Amino acid sequence: MWSRRRGLLRPLGCGVEELRCRRREREAALRKARREQQLVSKRLLRDEATEEAEGGCVVVILGEAEIQEFLRLAQRGIEEKERERALVSLRRGLQHPETQQIFIRLEGSIRTLVGLLTSNQALLQLEAARCLHELSHSEQSAVAEACLPATSYLLTYLSSHSSDFIELCLYTLGNLIVESEAVRRQLLPQGIVPALAACIQSSASTDSSVLGSTLPQHILQLLQPGPKLNLGVAVEFAWCLHYIICSQVNNALLITQGALTTLGLLLLDLAAAVQRTKNAGLELLVCPVVRCLSNLLTEAAAETVGGAVHLRDERVVAGLFILLQFFLQEQPSLLPEGLWLLNNLTANSPSFCTSLISLDLIEPLLHLLSVSNVVSVLVLTVLCNVAEKGPAYCQHLWPGLLLPTLLDTLALSDTEVVGQSLELLQLLFLYRPGAAQAFLQQSGLQALQRHEEVAQLQDRVHALQQTALHG
Amino acid sequence: MQLPPALHARLAGAAGEAAPLPVQRDPLAGNAPFRFAARQVRFPREHEFFEDGDVQRHLYLQDVITQVAAEPERPRVPEFTCQVAGCCQVFDALEDYEHHYHTLHGNVCSYCKRAFPSGHLLDTHILEWHDSLFQILAERQDMYQCLVEGCTEKFRSSRDRKEHLVVHHLYPADFRFDKPRKGRGPASQVSTEAVGEDQAPSEGEAMEVCSEHAEAHPGPPRERRVYGHRIPSTICFGQGASRGFKSTKKKSKRL
Repeated sequence: MWSRRRGLLRPLGCGVEELRCRRREREAALRKARREQQLVSKRLLRDEATEEAEGGCVVVILGEAEIQEFLRLAQRGIEEKERERALVSLRRGLQHPETQQIFIRLEGSIRTLVGLLTSNQALLQLEAARCLHELSHSEQSAVAEACLPATSYLLTYLSSHSSDFIELCLYTLGNLIVESEAVRRQLLPQGIVPALAACIQSSASTDSSVLGSTLPQHILQLLQPGPKLNLGVAVEFAWCLHYIICSQVNNALLITQGALTTLGLLLLDLAAAVQRTKNAGLELLVCPVVRCLSNLLTEAAAETVGGAVHLRDERVVAGLFILLQFFLQEQPSLLPEGLWLLNNLTANSPSFCTSLISLDLIEPLLHLLSVSNVVSVLVLTVLCNVAEKGPAYCQHLWPGLLLPTLLDTLALSDTEVVGQSLELLQLLFLYRPGAAQAFLQQSGLQALQRHEEVAQLQDRVHALQQTALHG
Repeated sequence: MQLPPALHARLAGAAGEAAPLPVQRDPLAGNAPFRFAARQVRFPREHEFFEDGDVQRHLYLQDVITQVAAEPERPRVPEFTCQVAGCCQVFDALEDYEHHYHTLHGNVCSYCKRAFPSGHLLDTHILEWHDSLFQILAERQDMYQCLVEGCTEKFRSSRDRKEHLVVHHLYPADFRFDKPRKGRGPASQVSTEAVGEDQAPSEGEAMEVCSEHAEAHPGPPRERRVYGHRIPSTICFGQGASRGFKSTKKKSKRL
């Protein structure tokens, strides 16, 4: 799968600028679709080339009688080739939404398909899985729900050793998860998290990771060069998990299953990987992992459940900064998501705030302030998380680069950025009285004056002016 | 964005938590007109915050589909036969062979030749169907392990386990990889269990012997040898000297 993606870099006979332009247009269309809630990201595996070679790719709507006949042949045909062909015909028909509707309403149809999926005939298994895959791509949630009886088997097959089959089952599950709440609710108790973790483990090589033996087995070899399935599987894993976590079907269960620790370790592995390779494409995995971790941290269970399931390892902070640097270089549009995770890590955690200080990460954070307004607001929020914990923390913020940097942000006009700067200044003045003096001496009052008339800012500006002048 | 050099070393170091600096808040902090309060933020799936990442994801998926469509036909090779003894399946594409091999010859029980989708299920099967020590222990304690990876529950019987799978894990009641052993007593079963046990139309029975494997399997003598190795004939479990494991005629009261 990944070799296919590298092929994207083949020259297509048009200029780079035109390619960029086309991509921007596609992106704009997708953004519009997303805002209208029309963007459903599903994966479709379809071997168009083979189908063309086999004569025509016109999708025919199959009727009840035809479907029944194909199922009958597939189940009871004498010749294996005949059975296979019947399923291929069924699969082609299932590319059409109408056939899908007729199929799911036919009594026993799913049951027969599941029977073929679990049969001992390998090629029939594959074709049955492909039929399910077509069904999973439907935009009708009723069709996705009709596939519920198959999920326990799709999960079981993730531990098999046939890589094409695993891919098929995995993407089918992924599509079903995207589409249907009922599926998401069923998959957690059916053990999707351990199944996916085992799937990653079994597809990995057996060499030990450069990070040493302290990390659990099933995450270790994730990104080593090896079987093609590793990164692809991990990407699907992460997106599946993201949809499940967002649905909040049972995040407490995920947490007790150790999802926080697992995701943290995965993040570390990714940070190590981006240092090793120049492989753009890793952001496809980093993005959903960051989202999963960040949203899961907000669950109440994350606070109340005791012991090992908590995320406390400060290496996660170190790893996140390496990923932030990676985003800055490869995909700046993902910086906000990374900083959002940093916020969720530091907001209620004196320990992680201390890590930011002890690992010398305040200054790198300040360097991000020039990227964009959204990024700046998030950076300032994280800094506020640190400052609000009191004098022991502010001691490391001033004297230093923070004050001159804040004076620079006050020169900007974005209200949100300035507002957050004012919040940070208040905390700084409160816990480091000397800072107010220094602020005055560096023409801070003039910097504040700019915003005296801005509605959202004026109260805070005046309060700061008072504090600076009168203590 | 320059990162401190020690950071990479920290990443490669041991897990650990920073001892937090003392927290000491002033009640004035965040007081009106200020409003800052440190808090975690959750975003639902459709939130616009996720727009950029979602668009990237979708573009990637679209690219992959484009790539699949543009790919040349799967390479066909001259026909070849599966090399496993007794299997005569013929192939002309490597991917088909890979799937066939893993499905039918991958995780195969050496006692009864049933094939399983994964090593985990095979191990469970061997333990529950072919291990005499398991049978003994199962009389006294919960030995039937839940089939869902990560679930540590154990049960007294395979029926209890099945109920757990259905109720707790929402598995189908007729889950195909959880067939209980039929019949009484371990030794008497071996000769009949492999071929033809749990007979159902072939497409429904994943654990059935592949029709190409018509060879005779070891059978009872092999099982007895296992018993002989593990349980000296002078030892007898349960009440009464007549209850032992060598007898194939005796019907045990359990299972």
